[in-house]
Amino acid sequence: MRELLRLVPYLKRYPRPMTFGMVALVLAKAAAVLTPQVLKWTIDDLAVSVTIDKLLYYAGLIVAIAVFQGFFRFWMRRLLIGVSRHVEYDLRGDFFAQLQRMSPSFFNQWRTGDLMSRASSDVSAVRMVLGPGIMYPAETVIVTLGALLFMVSISWELTLVAVAIMPVVSFVVMRFGSVIHKRFESIQEKMSDVSALVQENLAGMRVVKAYSQEQRQKEKFNVENDEYFNRQMRLVKVWGAFHPLLAALIGLGTVLVLWWGGLMVMSERITLGELVAFFAYVNLLTWPMVALGWVVNIYQRGSASMKRLSVILDVEPELPSTAPAGTLPAQPAPLSGRIEFRSVGFSYNGGGNGDRVLRGIDLVIEPGQTVAFVGRTGSGKSTLTRLVPRLYDVTEGTVLVDGEDVKALPLHRLRRSIGYVPQDSFLFSETVGGNIAFGNPSASQEMIDHATALAGLNSDVEEFPKRFETMVGERGITLSGGQRQRATIARAVLIDPPILILDDVLSAVDTETEERILSQLSNVMESRTTLLVSHRISTVRNADLICVLEDGQIRERGNHDELVELDGLYASLHKKQLLERELEQI
Amino acid sequence: MIEEEALGKVYDGRLMRRLLAYLAPYKLIVVVSLALVLLISALKLVGPILTKLAIDDYIANGDIAGLTRIALLFVAALVAQLVLSYFQVYIMNMAGQRVMADMRREIFAHLQRLHAAFFDRNPVGRLVTRVTTDVDALNELFTSGVVTIFGDVFMLVGIMGVLVYLDWRLALVSFAVLPALFAVTLVFKRRVRVVYRKVRTRVAMLNAFIQENIVGMSVVQLFGQERRKFRQYSELNRQHADANIESILHYAVFYPVVEILSSVAIALIVWYGGGRVLLGTLTLGGLVAFIQYSEKFFRPISDLSEKFNILQGAMASSERIFKLLDTESAIVPPSPSTVDSSVETAVDAAIDRNGAPAVRFDDVSFAYNDEDWVLRDIDLTVAPGETVAVVGHTGAGKSTLASLLTRFYDVQQGRVLVGGVDVRSWDLGALRRKFGVVLQDVHLFSGTIASNIRLGDTHISDEAVAKAASAVNLDEWLETLPRGLDTPVRERGASLSAGQKQLVSFARALVHDPSILILDEATSSVDTHTEILVREALAALLEARTSIVIAHRLSTIQRADRIVVLHKGRVREIGTHQELLTERGIYYRLYQLQYKDQELGKPA
Repeated sequence: MRELLRLVPYLKRYPRPMTFGMVALVLAKAAAVLTPQVLKWTIDDLAVSVTIDKLLYYAGLIVAIAVFQGFFRFWMRRLLIGVSRHVEYDLRGDFFAQLQRMSPSFFNQWRTGDLMSRASSDVSAVRMVLGPGIMYPAETVIVTLGALLFMVSISWELTLVAVAIMPVVSFVVMRFGSVIHKRFESIQEKMSDVSALVQENLAGMRVVKAYSQEQRQKEKFNVENDEYFNRQMRLVKVWGAFHPLLAALIGLGTVLVLWWGGLMVMSERITLGELVAFFAYVNLLTWPMVALGWVVNIYQRGSASMKRLSVILDVEPELPSTAPAGTLPAQPAPLSGRIEFRSVGFSYNGGGNGDRVLRGIDLVIEPGQTVAFVGRTGSGKSTLTRLVPRLYDVTEGTVLVDGEDVKALPLHRLRRSIGYVPQDSFLFSETVGGNIAFGNPSASQEMIDHATALAGLNSDVEEFPKRFETMVGERGITLSGGQRQRATIARAVLIDPPILILDDVLSAVDTETEERILSQLSNVMESRTTLLVSHRISTVRNADLICVLEDGQIRERGNHDELVELDGLYASLHKKQLLERELEQI
Repeated sequence: MIEEEALGKVYDGRLMRRLLAYLAPYKLIVVVSLALVLLISALKLVGPILTKLAIDDYIANGDIAGLTRIALLFVAALVAQLVLSYFQVYIMNMAGQRVMADMRREIFAHLQRLHAAFFDRNPVGRLVTRVTTDVDALNELFTSGVVTIFGDVFMLVGIMGVLVYLDWRLALVSFAVLPALFAVTLVFKRRVRVVYRKVRTRVAMLNAFIQENIVGMSVVQLFGQERRKFRQYSELNRQHADANIESILHYAVFYPVVEILSSVAIALIVWYGGGRVLLGTLTLGGLVAFIQYSEKFFRPISDLSEKFNILQGAMASSERIFKLLDTESAIVPPSPSTVDSSVETAVDAAIDRNGAPAVRFDDVSFAYNDEDWVLRDIDLTVAPGETVAVVGHTGAGKSTLASLLTRFYDVQQGRVLVGGVDVRSWDLGALRRKFGVVLQDVHLFSGTIASNIRLGDTHISDEAVAKAASAVNLDEWLETLPRGLDTPVRERGASLSAGQKQLVSFARALVHDPSILILDEATSSVDTHTEILVREALAALLEARTSIVIAHRLSTIQRADRIVVLHKGRVREIGTHQELLTERGIYYRLYQLQYKDQELGKPA
């Protein structure tokens, strides 16, 4: 429950709707308690004698009370539930802003699905606490107080008889609630077993078929399926009794009032009208009792969900950002692009010697130079380039840009100066043009055209149904791997950065297209520092400097001819790729 | 997106009939349940009448014994209601849950029958939902929907009947609010449905946005676009909140209006009914009963519209389920009627024949889609007992070749023959039992190591499993495990190393003692020691079988009787290692590229 205290400051932002909502609630519920009084008068008057005008007056009173009550109920719901929606909005915003502060290592650690379920169902569960979780208990308190007041004023004896059943009702609700909850969870568990079995079966469908295991798999499934059925029935055994039992208990309450109250009417200790009013009060009291179990459940779920949200909200951002999201200055002065690695070491889980991805990297890259990194998968070449824009921070040594430690540079200034093209060529589901102008939404059409042409995407764009206005993704066209890669290049080039990082970005196009794009890009690369990661020799052969990485270290460095001469790792890679090319052509 | 589809259809008679057909085996339960529901509804009507009797006949006359009798009668009615309701809910749920278990069973069995290409197209996650969530969405339809609809209607009619019986004039007056109540409820439900649709679309948009931003967060950060993305997010968040606030408005109006309407009914009863009491045509108890009944009006009306939503959800799910069930397998074993007897005897002979059969590709061409040929004009015969290594560059069609033998796919042209008989004439089970398949990506089921070797074949003894395990060099590892072969394997074999998984899959193939072995060698690298274990295990596996090996190990290739070089979907070279090397063709280059390094003794 303590977790939920965190929500108090959120609620405090809405003092007016909270206060007025509560006032409306009190007025509405106070009015609700009045109607049985009018019934009492009616019946009592009818028992003696009454004019038709008096009856009309009572009828009018009943409607008037209902209208009064309705008016305030409307505001009660609007204001109180409305607050919960506003807080939900704030909470969702804070959660998203927190995600934006997190570094890539955070996203490596947390699965997307897990974060998504926190952002959606956990926020909803917390919202339930703030809306119904506040409104219903408050209603219960007011109605109970009001009804009891009137009931006692009629007869404390009959009040005792009437409320005698209430603790039993509450007990049944709580007791059943917890048993039902447990049995329901055991059903959920079994469902996830069934689901895992189906998942495993479908994933291994080829083995199942190859070994003709269909029958055996069906038998296995049926065992789980039957167990699921059994657990459902175990729940039904309890759950099936719940509502009938509640109805019977509430009915019993009415019978007790009828019998005891009837006796009291006979001995003229109360009037018939008062007895009828009592029926109405008992009716008013039962719903809050039933709702109690539900409210308890809302609080249990809500506090568990708030805990899950807090885990994320309390993570300290790894990279202290000098400018928090939302306060970026428009155009920081660009850097010149000299990059230096000084005895850099790195491991993804911070420290430890065995799993170091990079070690002892010393490298100086002058402004305007093109440096290529080659090596096997896992040799550390991509990781090295990720240290420059501080996607990750070094665990040993220093990375310097323009002679300054990247950790000392304002993050936005550093990143503004780098056009980074990642391996996975991620695009947003917006228009092609929007994606290309991602880093500079106010870019002119000429700038977009230019960047697109440089990336060799212009002829593709011409063929898209709505050119730059074509949507990317589900609601538009699906780009090919090569088109996506070129779009991400255009996106990086558009911001005109002094440093360009291309992380294995032309793997999805054939060698011919690659050469065409590279020659177009050569003008762009000439005037800026370029870091190029690739598997292909053809991509890197024109670089000023080629570094061959293995096991996180730079094993060979030099230009193409020097490295071929050296007859080492690079040379053997070169030979193999020549062979591959030959094979392509046979 | 799926949600949006789901809202499309409200009621579809064809789907409904097909759904209700699943209830047919439980007809008796449904009928009993229906009768009970009517009885229970009748019992629910008793309360106000008893109250009326108590007030008019006993309280008014001071008849204590009479009042007690009425109270006891009332209790009896409540107890009967409790017992009958419980029984009704229990049996109806039993039928409903049985129906759903039947459906899950049917869907799962159907999935087992479907052909491999189907699973290439349909993501596993989506198919799992068919068995789980989609079937669960039918829960309410079967357990409460069908039967209680009758109960609700009966309740309404019953209340009206009793009221008319008590005082038809007053009944008509109080019915005056009913049309309004119906209308308000209908309008409200319709509005709420529209708003919910809006909420759901916006939730979907919001979630899609978050998801996309989580995946692309580094791009957002690198380009310094956090602020802009936050603004876009806030806009979606705002729209979502607005839609929800709109739905609050509907509820905030609806509940009070219903409250006012029922107050109007009570006011009418007080005024007109009070007048009738004054006239002496209605008793006081009758008036009280009227008031109590009028409070019971709303429930069934509201429930009825609830049932409408249940129906709608069930329609969407069942449509998806039936679509899956209506998908026919593209790979079907021959039906007895179409097979002529000569083929049949040939197949029978092939099934019964012991020893290794021959395998033949006769002018085979194959494409996964239309004209994208993956294999072209393949002519290849593998003699009984021969080991053929298939080599080729990535994408040459090696794995496809293997898939055709076990009929995961059917060829577009030519024939694949096993034991001299076209695979399309074989009984699928009999065909596949001839084969032992070791796939590149070893799939382990949750269970134990032994159960993964045996794969549920109860004819295989524990000794046979142990023997196979030791034949493929698993002993060394098993001895380090306290529970040996009975060591549990977690989902997808997460706790096993790549080498261990390979050895388990070898043991699996070996213990089933296939006459033909298809081996797609794993490319994942293992340490030198494990590599030696794997090589030895392979030798045991290839012994005395017709074997087709998609080879990545030089040692495997060198052991083969023949090497087949597949290049761009065609067989380009055939021969032994030495012959092909001297030819200086494709194999020579492949050797340089992939296998040469292995000669130095280090695994690729």
